[in-house]
Amino acid sequence: MEGTFSYLIRRLLWVPPILLVVSFSTFAIARFGPGDPIRIASGQFRDEEAFERARAAYGLDKPLVEQYVIYVENVLTKGDFGQSFRYQGRSVREIIMPAIWRSLQYNSVALVITLSLGIPLGIFAARRQGTWADPASISSFLLIQSIPAIVAVPFLLLFLAVRLPDLSLPGFFPFGPLESFLRSLALPASGWPRDCNVRLPLVGESYECLGVVSKEAIIPIIALSLPGIAIWGRYTRAFTLGVLREDYVRTARSKGISERQVMTQHVLRNALLPLSTIVAFAMVGLLEGSFFIETLTGVPGVGRLTFEAVLGRDYDMIMAVALIGATTIIMANIIIDIMYTFIDPRIRYGSRN
Amino acid sequence: MARATEALPGAGEEALGEGASQSPLKIALRRLLKKRIAMIAIVYILIFYAAGATAPLLDGAGAIPGYTEQDLEESLEGPSMSHPFGTDRLGRDQLSRVIWAAQTTVIITVVVMVSGGLVLTVSMGLLSGYVGGWVDSLIMRVGDVFISLPGLLMLILINASLGDQVESLARDIENGVAIAPLGISLFTIQIGGLVRSGAPDYFLIAAALTLFSWVGGARVIRSQILALRETEFILAARALGASTPRILFRHLLPNVSNIIIVSLSLSLAGIAGSEIVLSWFGVGVQPPHPSFGALIFDASSVRTVNEHAYLLAFPGLIVAALFFAFNLLGDALTDVFTPRAR
Repeated sequence: MEGTFSYLIRRLLWVPPILLVVSFSTFAIARFGPGDPIRIASGQFRDEEAFERARAAYGLDKPLVEQYVIYVENVLTKGDFGQSFRYQGRSVREIIMPAIWRSLQYNSVALVITLSLGIPLGIFAARRQGTWADPASISSFLLIQSIPAIVAVPFLLLFLAVRLPDLSLPGFFPFGPLESFLRSLALPASGWPRDCNVRLPLVGESYECLGVVSKEAIIPIIALSLPGIAIWGRYTRAFTLGVLREDYVRTARSKGISERQVMTQHVLRNALLPLSTIVAFAMVGLLEGSFFIETLTGVPGVGRLTFEAVLGRDYDMIMAVALIGATTIIMANIIIDIMYTFIDPRIRYGSRN
Repeated sequence: MARATEALPGAGEEALGEGASQSPLKIALRRLLKKRIAMIAIVYILIFYAAGATAPLLDGAGAIPGYTEQDLEESLEGPSMSHPFGTDRLGRDQLSRVIWAAQTTVIITVVVMVSGGLVLTVSMGLLSGYVGGWVDSLIMRVGDVFISLPGLLMLILINASLGDQVESLARDIENGVAIAPLGISLFTIQIGGLVRSGAPDYFLIAAALTLFSWVGGARVIRSQILALRETEFILAARALGASTPRILFRHLLPNVSNIIIVSLSLSLAGIAGSEIVLSWFGVGVQPPHPSFGALIFDASSVRTVNEHAYLLAFPGLIVAALFFAFNLLGDALTDVFTPRAR
């Protein structure tokens, strides 16, 4: 484990320089483009003098490198990620934190659904290897995965929200009772979701929460969770098949224990362990999916914030989401590499030669 | 298909180890031909690419109406004999727009596959694995940065930011402008019809996608080269005085060709998808040039889907089938080229 520890330190030492390069390239690319946020905000008939004053107030009249140095200084010394141009008078931090929280809620629920469908699918397919059921089951979910979110969401909206308005009737659809049940579990009796205040442990501020158990969440959750099922199914199938070939599985079978016990105690334990590394990948994938699904279904999360920030040239917001995205990806990759060493002790990161 | 007589000498060849650079590929190809699902996927992809590539010919021959040909009296009509996919808001034939959109996908995927997939991925992987030292460190650190960037966001930013610059550059080229870095006029070029053909859009999207598509493949190739570098046949080649390029391209490249094919097939769907998403966002291929992204965006408001679902259904179905086919093909190729995984 000594080697793993120094490997971890070495990887972590690389994070700040990478983040610097990422932030500078994002900074430069965003500002290099056409359209100026103040120009967009001030509209067509503007007072040139007021326009220049606003630019100066936001520091946009300074040279690019100077602006960047000021930005980095603010982030590092004050933890200040700047002001939003789009939501005037509010800091990026103030806007982005609840959005992250919301996206996390949606993505976690979607991940749980994906896992609880994908893993059984993979086991099912692996146990029927060589029959038609194996490719058929995986392929049908692969087909679902192949439908781009930008096509799937409008149809989901059409079928679940327009054509079947009955869905929203409480009691008709199973989600109705489920929703009230979950609400009764999770919450104080005060009228939720409007003024539900959850104190977040890390952020320490309270936010209105948009419950992932409200019926408005059904469509985004379906859209977020369906595409991943095939991915998890395929990984689970591959890992299960690998384990099924092992000698200890044959030994277990020859001892005469039931097939059910062989699967749960010998096969699945060993097959599911490596799957844990993919969770990190899946979270990154969900983040990208959120971009379209949140935008199309109106969930006010990070994905939609990103969409709005790019359209409105909200520089500081773009920087913040890019940095969050980059940090998430870097951390996910490090976690994956470290987890490999725990799962497969044969992998050692130490001296490279 | 059923040439059993030919299969036997082929197997014998393999046993003798003759034509080592050729026969593994042949064997893999033969195995691939036996996979029915993979063949269906290939046939679909071929039809898609053929339709896309011949779009100008089909248009020129009058087989399909032009994609900009408006007929406002026939706007928003459902599928019929004369317009199998219906017509859009401006009465343009949706089928021909889909075929022209396929052309966009074909151009982008082929350009990115050759430039990013083959040239950049392979050369970076080979260099970093074989040369090692600071070259390796540099390439891998740059790769780390690219891996860490939120790809989609960066692609959108790059295309949104540089779109106008690239287009004005193209306009300059059209007007015949001297390419003069550092004020020294090197040469003057003049190419007509650049902007109208949509070339600047294609160029920018392809360049941006290339930039982001090489890291994964290069890493896999590098690790394979690292293992191959110490094998006897490479040592022998080096001892015989073979030059580095010769070792790289004659000895190492054929041995990683299977990895290259698999990683290319896996990234194809990603490339096609990225272009569609960029155009959906409005920073990709610009109208009037059709792209699946734009077609989907135009048809995806809930009201349009409710009343004219076919406008979204046909392009959506064709794109979904393409991704499905790429996925199946990628799986089959992985299967065929990595016998361990079977």
